[in-house]
Amino acid sequence: MSYVPHTKEDIQEMLKVIGVSSIDELFGDIPPALRPKSFNIPPGKSEFEVTKHLHRLATKNATNLINFVGAGFYDHFIPAAVDAIVNRPEFYTAYTPYQPECSQGWLQAIYEYQTIICELTGLDVSNASLYDGGTALYEALMMAIRLTGRNKIIMDSGVNLIYRTMLYTYTSNLSIEFVEIPIEHGKSSRSDFSKHLDDKTAAVIIQNPNFFGVVDDYSDVVEQVHKFGALAIASVYPVSLGMLKSPGEMGFDIATGEGQSLGIPLSFGGPYLGFMSAKKGLVRQMPGRIVGQTVDSQGKRAFVLTLQTREQHIRREKATSNICSNEALCALRAVVFAALLGRDGLKELAQLNYQKSEYAKNVLSRVSSVQVKKSSSTFNEFTVLLPRDADDVVHRMIEKGFACGFPLGRFYKGMDNYLLVAVTEKRTKEQINSFVDALEAVL
Amino acid sequence: MKLIFEKHKSARRGFSYASSDVPEAKSLPDKYCRKQEAKLPSLSELDVVRHYTNLSQMNFSVDGNFYPLGSCTMKYNPKFTERVASLEGFTHVHPLLPQLAGGGMLTQGSLEVLFETKKLLCEITGMHGFTLQPLAGAHGELTGVMLIAAYHKDKGDRRKYIIVPDSSHGTNPASAAIAGYKVIVIPTGPDGYMDLAEYKKQLNKEVAAVMLTCPDTLGIFNPRIKEISDMAHEAGALMYYDGANLNAVLGKARPGDLGFDVVHINLHKTFGTPHGGGGPGAGPVGVGEKLVEFLPNPRVIKRSDATYALDYHRHKSIGYIAPFYGNFGVILKAYAYMLRLGKEGLIRASEMAVLNANYCRVKLKDYYQSAFDKPCMHECVFSASRQAQTGVHALDIAKYLIDKGYHPPTIYFPLIVKESLMIEPTETESKETLDEFIDVMIEIAKLAQDNPTAITQAPVNTPVRRLDETKAAREPNLRFV
Repeated sequence: MSYVPHTKEDIQEMLKVIGVSSIDELFGDIPPALRPKSFNIPPGKSEFEVTKHLHRLATKNATNLINFVGAGFYDHFIPAAVDAIVNRPEFYTAYTPYQPECSQGWLQAIYEYQTIICELTGLDVSNASLYDGGTALYEALMMAIRLTGRNKIIMDSGVNLIYRTMLYTYTSNLSIEFVEIPIEHGKSSRSDFSKHLDDKTAAVIIQNPNFFGVVDDYSDVVEQVHKFGALAIASVYPVSLGMLKSPGEMGFDIATGEGQSLGIPLSFGGPYLGFMSAKKGLVRQMPGRIVGQTVDSQGKRAFVLTLQTREQHIRREKATSNICSNEALCALRAVVFAALLGRDGLKELAQLNYQKSEYAKNVLSRVSSVQVKKSSSTFNEFTVLLPRDADDVVHRMIEKGFACGFPLGRFYKGMDNYLLVAVTEKRTKEQINSFVDALEAVL
Repeated sequence: MKLIFEKHKSARRGFSYASSDVPEAKSLPDKYCRKQEAKLPSLSELDVVRHYTNLSQMNFSVDGNFYPLGSCTMKYNPKFTERVASLEGFTHVHPLLPQLAGGGMLTQGSLEVLFETKKLLCEITGMHGFTLQPLAGAHGELTGVMLIAAYHKDKGDRRKYIIVPDSSHGTNPASAAIAGYKVIVIPTGPDGYMDLAEYKKQLNKEVAAVMLTCPDTLGIFNPRIKEISDMAHEAGALMYYDGANLNAVLGKARPGDLGFDVVHINLHKTFGTPHGGGGPGAGPVGVGEKLVEFLPNPRVIKRSDATYALDYHRHKSIGYIAPFYGNFGVILKAYAYMLRLGKEGLIRASEMAVLNANYCRVKLKDYYQSAFDKPCMHECVFSASRQAQTGVHALDIAKYLIDKGYHPPTIYFPLIVKESLMIEPTETESKETLDEFIDVMIEIAKLAQDNPTAITQAPVNTPVRRLDETKAAREPNLRFV
């Protein structure tokens, strides 16, 4: 069944108006030889049947695992009010706000979202969101290439490998030279940045906290980068910005990141939210939609999609990017989440994440066969060295009901015994203790 | 309406966390901590809920308004898909879980959704393989062009150009350019079809692909499409199908049978997943047999024991287009939609979409200039050129429609039709709705003759009147300070 309202009589009347005798005649431009060779789709089912089928599939996924896996995507609590608002059909069944007079709600919400991203990152301008953290980072890289006219990119290997791989995929047909800076003791090597920086460098890309959860102050690197006329790009984890020095405070030119932690469920990989903010002067090279404030013909404050001359529907092959839509509904989740938490709530959230992960570090370090890497400060994720293969440990822990972390050997050579453990505000002291007990038993 | 920041009151709380149950740790060194706090607004939960509820009411949405936005396919979004997509079994799963040892068996439900969706999309489009990774239609285009580049590269063939017609979506040339190609634009002939003579002239051994929408953005199905694809293949180029208009031809034509090698589908258009004010969408890409090996990593496979798994061991893969497996929540809704409609329902959807568009075309053709006077597929394109003579432009018509409670048709596109009005009613609208809309459109045509200022003043019933867009662009104010 489809959701069509047409009765037999409607169809007859409409065909008569059109002046054809059958529906088939309307498809007369498709020659018989081009008709489908097959269309082997099962017959339709009732709403009840489909719902039942999907309930069954949902129960085939485990939801009762206690989660210590992060690696860029985190298990945070989402207040019910977030869902209540984004589930309003006036938001979710609307389209891109091309006609501002009947889309002021969406436009204002996005303007507020842009402000929140600027506040979090300490930068001046933000777009109306991008697909995800990886594509946002790619767009930042392309911005730097357009702005500098150079093609060398220096990237810290503390940037999530998923994102690094995405950047390589996207640029595989372009002539871009990449240099990766190795990690030493969880931190990027400062001397390697200086060694590779030159007047061919378009940008330096750094992640903070980096993939190992290590936090740093990159002001010195950014200063170096600017001396060579290159751009500094930071990929950041927004929850950490309730506490950590913002990209703006360190002097970064562009900040991007994955907004999933701002009220968006993990949802098996999407939909997520790519955010991007930048210094004011870079706005005309910024990709995607941007909402601006203006006035209407009566002088009243109003909002509209703006700076569209950069975009594909006007500039076509000369556009700054090919992006047409954004992740508006996810951006709405982020702004509602941030508004609910407010200043104090965001700080509280960051503190809780930090405190609980420090506690987990301490309890884990009491297990004699586990080495907790404590030489660097971390936010809510950290590295432990196990006495044996982390993959194997992960497998055994899953059987005990714990998703115990991410085995680093999958992304980094020679790190087969290392495990990356994330602890969010959702993990209780009791869960952390039983996690450590289970790990001890497995080892 | 006030901004949320203007409602801020210090120390007010909308949400609080349980107090910490762990002993306090040593603080993070000061040098890593921010000095200037993020100035988020502090409000009560009700403040926040009321603010955004009021904002929502300032939007037109499919649930509240007829939305005949051509080329955007704004059809009704069934409600049950929202409910199934919010099941915890789907929303709470970490995307890395199936990549951990022993985790694959704990995500069989989600993996099955991906695998079965892929299978259905293959059959619907006549393709051999699909990636569900692309996160939007334009993202799918870029993926498709990158697959095409990988294919030619693998054959040691360096090709420089991609052909697009001038009626194409702007994303087509943009995606081609961003993937590293130069774009050749083919004009549309007076019959509304791509100029074949010019196409023949431009097609050469350096063309990597031809990107087409079929039916195209003028709402026309080109009966010579096979000839076009045969010619491309003869020159060694591949055919790319922009699936934005697939809604018109479900069960009536499949891109694979028309000779296309790569297809993207906008799940939010054809399969009725909500578009959320501009996203998230999803833009899966299908390919013919010779391109399957280049699809992004990982792929979901079904093992001989009927379990599902992820396959990473594909050395010719272009890599990762998205961090994981696509916009899973959107894919899930599209899957539920396809199961619900089934074969007959999908065919019926296209039939009624085309019926509705032709009904509007015929009913309005005496009042507005048809862009091309011939039967259309799922959208009909008019030009307000007649009305423009009395000073009523397509934009004015759009604004007047807003006052009447209709979301306007697409007016900024296609670029080749001046004063364009691209109407796409979709299949979920009833004859009554169309009749009421048509009456308003006729009223506008008459008003344009008798009292044009009644239209050029519109809208007057909206929260704001016409905006100063020049000011917005010249003096960008992009955030609250």
